[in-house]
Amino acid sequence: MSGTLLRVAQVSKNFGGFSALSQVSIEIAQGERFGLIGPNGSGKTTLINCISGSLRNDGGSIVFDGNDISGLPAYQRTRLGIARSFQIPRPFSSMSVLENLIVPLEYVVHRRSLHTADTRAEAIQILRSMGLADKADTPSNRLTQVELRKLELARAMASRPRLLISDEAMAGLSSTEVEEVLAILRKLNDSGITIIMIEHIMRAVMSFSQRVICLDAGRIICEGTPESIVKDSEVQKAYLGA
Amino acid sequence: MRLRGSPFWIGAAATVVLAAILSLSGVNEYFFFAGYVVLQFVVLATAWNILAGYAGYVNFGTAAFFGLGAYTSVVLILSLGAPLLVQIAAAAAVTGLLGFGTGLLTLRLRGIFFSIATVAIIYIAETLMMNWRYVGGATGLQFLRPLPMVPFETYTRMLFFVMAVLAVIAVSIARYVESSWIGRGLRALRDTEEAAECNGVPTLRLKLFACTVSGALMGMAGAPLPMYLSFLEPASSFSLNYSVVALAGAIIGGTSHWVGPAIGAILLASVQQIVTVTISSEINVLVVGVLLVVFVVAAPEGIIGLVKKLRRPRAAAGNPS
Repeated sequence: MSGTLLRVAQVSKNFGGFSALSQVSIEIAQGERFGLIGPNGSGKTTLINCISGSLRNDGGSIVFDGNDISGLPAYQRTRLGIARSFQIPRPFSSMSVLENLIVPLEYVVHRRSLHTADTRAEAIQILRSMGLADKADTPSNRLTQVELRKLELARAMASRPRLLISDEAMAGLSSTEVEEVLAILRKLNDSGITIIMIEHIMRAVMSFSQRVICLDAGRIICEGTPESIVKDSEVQKAYLGA
Repeated sequence: MRLRGSPFWIGAAATVVLAAILSLSGVNEYFFFAGYVVLQFVVLATAWNILAGYAGYVNFGTAAFFGLGAYTSVVLILSLGAPLLVQIAAAAAVTGLLGFGTGLLTLRLRGIFFSIATVAIIYIAETLMMNWRYVGGATGLQFLRPLPMVPFETYTRMLFFVMAVLAVIAVSIARYVESSWIGRGLRALRDTEEAAECNGVPTLRLKLFACTVSGALMGMAGAPLPMYLSFLEPASSFSLNYSVVALAGAIIGGTSHWVGPAIGAILLASVQQIVTVTISSEINVLVVGVLLVVFVVAAPEGIIGLVKKLRRPRAAAGNPS
C-alpha cells in the first residue's frame, strides 16, 4: 500500500431535517480492499453516492488522487477514475450486454475516437474476464440476477477505474455465486484497483477486506481490521440491538 | 453501420431529385399543397423523436417551436424583406436557442413534469405573439408571395421542394444522432439517468443538445408557413394539433429508428389530407386520435416494431422487446 487515493474529510449530508451523514472522515490507500458495513439506513449508500457524485455533500471535502472532487458532476468523477456498481442493478435495458459496456468505453476511455472495432474488442475482453462473454448479444433485460450483478461490475470496469465501489454486489446471491463474485473482485484488486465493498454478507466482506468501517446513523462507530470489528461492542449493539 | 451508409445517401439524394422532378412536372397543384403539409410533419415528427424517442423526454411544445419559427419569418419579412432561405436559417437559430433555453430551465424536471412544462411554452409564445402589434397581433397579417425562384412555376411548388429538402436534412440529422455516440448516450440516459451519469455520460449536456437540435428543426419546419398560407395569425400557428400530430406520427411509425417518425408522419398526414378532402376537415383530427389509440394498444412499437416482429418471428414471440 502506498499513498492515499481517496480522502473523505468531515463529510455531511442532510435530507431536509434528517442528517444522513454527519462528519464522516475516511482515508483509503492506493490498492486497498476496504469494507463498509452498517445496518440498513446507516448511510452507506448515501456515502458512496457522495463519493461517486450522484449526490453532492453538504459539508466537508472529498479528495481523489489529490484533487478536490466535491463540486464535480458524476460523469467527470468517472472520467477521473471512480466507478461504481448499483445496489439494485441498473442496466441500460434497451441495449445488449455488449452495448452496456460500450457506453463507458465510448464516454470515458475512447472519447470521440472512431475505432469502434477496438472498443468492441475491449468490451468483449472485459465480458470474458467476468464470465459473460456468451451473453454479449443478449438484451440486458433478459439476464438473471447474478448475470445482472456481473454486468454491473463489468460495466464499472469498462471505464478503467482506479477506485471501484461495489454496492452490495452480492445481495440475494447463492453462496457459490457469492464466491464467484468475490473471486472477480479479488482478481480486480490484484490488477491494482482499489475497492470499496459495501456488503451485508459478513462472511464475504470480512474475508475480502483488509480494513473495515462500520457506519450507524450516519456516523462512523468503529474502524479496524475485520477481526477487531466483529468483536467491537458498538458494532454488535448496532447490528443486534441492546 | 458504415456499410449501410451509402444506400442511405443514395436514398436521400433520390428523394431530393424525385421532389424536384415532381415539382417541375405537370402534376395538379393541389398535390403540392397537400404534399407540403405531409413533408412538414415528417420534419416535425423526426425532430420530436430526437428528444422524446431517443432521450425519453416527451415534449408537448412542438407547436411553440413551430409557431415561433413561422413568426421569425414574419419579423424578417416585415423588417428586411428577407428571402426564404434566410427566414429558414434564422428560424432554426431562434428556435434552437429557445430549445437550449427551455432545456436549461426544464430538463432538471423528469418525466411528466417536463412534459407539462413544455405545454406552458406554447401558451406563453402564443400570448406574446397575440399581443405584439408589429406581427399582426390577434388578427394576424396577410402576405403577398414574391415570385417563385427560377425553375419553379408556382410558389407552392417551390415550397414543396424546399420542404422536401428540409425533411431530408431532418432525417439525416436524426440518423446521425441515432447511430453515433450521442445517440448511445441519449439511450443510456433514457434507460437510467443515474447510471448513465456514473458511466461518464454528461447527461445534462446531451439533453441540452437534443433539445436544441430538436427545437431548431421544428422552427425550420415552421419558417415557410407565412408564405405557404399567405396569412398568419397566432391561434392556428400555435395550435396544439401540431404537437399532437408530430407525436402521433413518431409513435405510429416507431420511435426506436430514425425512419419510424418519417414513415408514421407520411402515413398519418396523408390519411389526414385525404380525409379532409373526401369527408370533412373536422374528421381529420379524429383520424389522429383513432390511429394513435389503435397503435398504442395493438403495436406500441409502431410500424418499425411490427416490421421487426415479422422479420424475427421467433425472437419476438412471448417478449415484446
